[in-house]
Amino acid sequence: MTTLTPNARRITALGRFELTLLVRNRAALGVALMMPLLMVFVLRSSLSGVEGAAAVGEATLTGGIGMVLLLVVHMNLVSAYVARREELVLKRLRTGEARDLEILAGTALPAACLALGQIAVLAVAGALALDVRMPQNPLLLAAAVLAGLLLLAALSAVTSSFTRTVETAGLTTLPLFLATVLGSGLFAPTDSLPDLAASLCELLPLSGVMTLVRAGWSGGAEGADLLGAGLNALAWIVISVFAVQRWFRWEPRR
Amino acid sequence: MTDTVIEARDLRRGYTGGFEAVRGISLSVARGEIFALLGTNGAGKTSTVELLEGLAAPSGGQVRVFGLDPLTRRAEVRPRTGVMLQEGGFPSDLSVTETVRMWGGVTTGACPAAEVLELVGLAARSSVRVKQLSGGERRRLDLALALLGRPEVLFLDEPTTGMDPEGRRDTWALVRELRGQGTTVLLTTHYLEEAEELADRLAILHEGELVLCGTPAEVTATRPARIRFTLPAGVPAARLPLGLRAAAFGQRVEIRTARLQQDLGELLGWARESGVELSGLDARSASLEEAFLEIAQNRRSAGGRTDDDTMAGTR
Repeated sequence: MTTLTPNARRITALGRFELTLLVRNRAALGVALMMPLLMVFVLRSSLSGVEGAAAVGEATLTGGIGMVLLLVVHMNLVSAYVARREELVLKRLRTGEARDLEILAGTALPAACLALGQIAVLAVAGALALDVRMPQNPLLLAAAVLAGLLLLAALSAVTSSFTRTVETAGLTTLPLFLATVLGSGLFAPTDSLPDLAASLCELLPLSGVMTLVRAGWSGGAEGADLLGAGLNALAWIVISVFAVQRWFRWEPRR
Repeated sequence: MTDTVIEARDLRRGYTGGFEAVRGISLSVARGEIFALLGTNGAGKTSTVELLEGLAAPSGGQVRVFGLDPLTRRAEVRPRTGVMLQEGGFPSDLSVTETVRMWGGVTTGACPAAEVLELVGLAARSSVRVKQLSGGERRRLDLALALLGRPEVLFLDEPTTGMDPEGRRDTWALVRELRGQGTTVLLTTHYLEEAEELADRLAILHEGELVLCGTPAEVTATRPARIRFTLPAGVPAARLPLGLRAAAFGQRVEIRTARLQQDLGELLGWARESGVELSGLDARSASLEEAFLEIAQNRRSAGGRTDDDTMAGTR
């Protein structure tokens, strides 16, 4: 009988060779490895307006997690999906036993693992170097990061369907990057914005995930805020998964 | 238990915009058979094969592979089929062996990479990156992937397009060998020679419809044989026996007939009795190519245009 649970063996097999491809793609690997580090420094200097060294450190590290999600997962994956589609690899894979979800997940696996590793390094080394306390609610933080990975993988798949070539991926990933950096509290807390703008910003795709990340790190967030953030994350995951099913392109446009 | 492994009934496939690429195709392929779908570009070969492979849902009709719907019973059908697309792709930065291993990771019961590369004649190129392969070598690699899971049914969409003559011969030999082991093969081709060489049965597809189906011999038998010769000056074609449906073109004559032996005998008898020498005498059965071209041509001119002079007098 047909089973709907994804086959882990097939996902890891695809992921293993996707990792080989990532390692051989020097430019993409360089961006994935160096950019988050660079952005953490940029974040730190831009956050100097926040009061208290510890608060600056915390904001830098949670912002760093957001940067990793954007730069390592989103940018990488959009390029990967577009490249595999244009090389007709996705089309070829679909003739085999792997299901659609397994193909998408396998392609996303190396970027997701790389992001997780970087976030772990950021949490430990960053906390030590910036003299920040360790995450107060590690479980919530982990859940938030995983939700972020899932959401960004889905958003990347959606983005790839209106990205014609690998070269234009830099452009099509920009809207989410800017919206998140400016509106989801990566550089500046959204509390400093006017009320209306702040509540609009709460609706952005990564706002929920970022609120959960911050709550997981510093603890002591209000239940209502957590619920709202959780609902935002869930809603965006549902929307983007639906959009993938509906609009994902498996073949190049003719 | 039935011996039919692929069955299509009144298959239709429409695309957005109203174009219907497949218009009511029915066919069945028996276990261990090589079945060729022939057609010009745009005849609907790939559109049909994609339905049989379970890559797309038909807009009408039904497909069964091993008696199962290849779309809804995908998990049971896919491990038993191997597919070679007309235009498949591989990541260009992986080596040949890595590509086969990757495919092995998503294939049940995959045979070792070295073994399948040996089979398709790519063993010497195993560490080469895919982007450095020639077109023909890519087709061989594609074939290797299709064979990797030792499938019971093999779908080959124009398997030898882009191959050199040697590659083509190797592929034919391989396909025959697979049939010897009981593999069922459905292939599409626009090379008539390929269909004639390989196919146990073939179907000619034209504008989304099956116009002819049978063994190569049966298909060519539906077409008239042809006798051609030139009459000496002063012998008008009107003197030929009336039983021969001859078309004259000056002194050159063409006879189209379903009874080549009788008509040829009658012609030669008449020539001997009348002391006429037929120069450039040539008599031949229809080839698959003639059958094919004639179908394509007749269909094209089916709009009511009358045929040219050389056809006058024929049926």
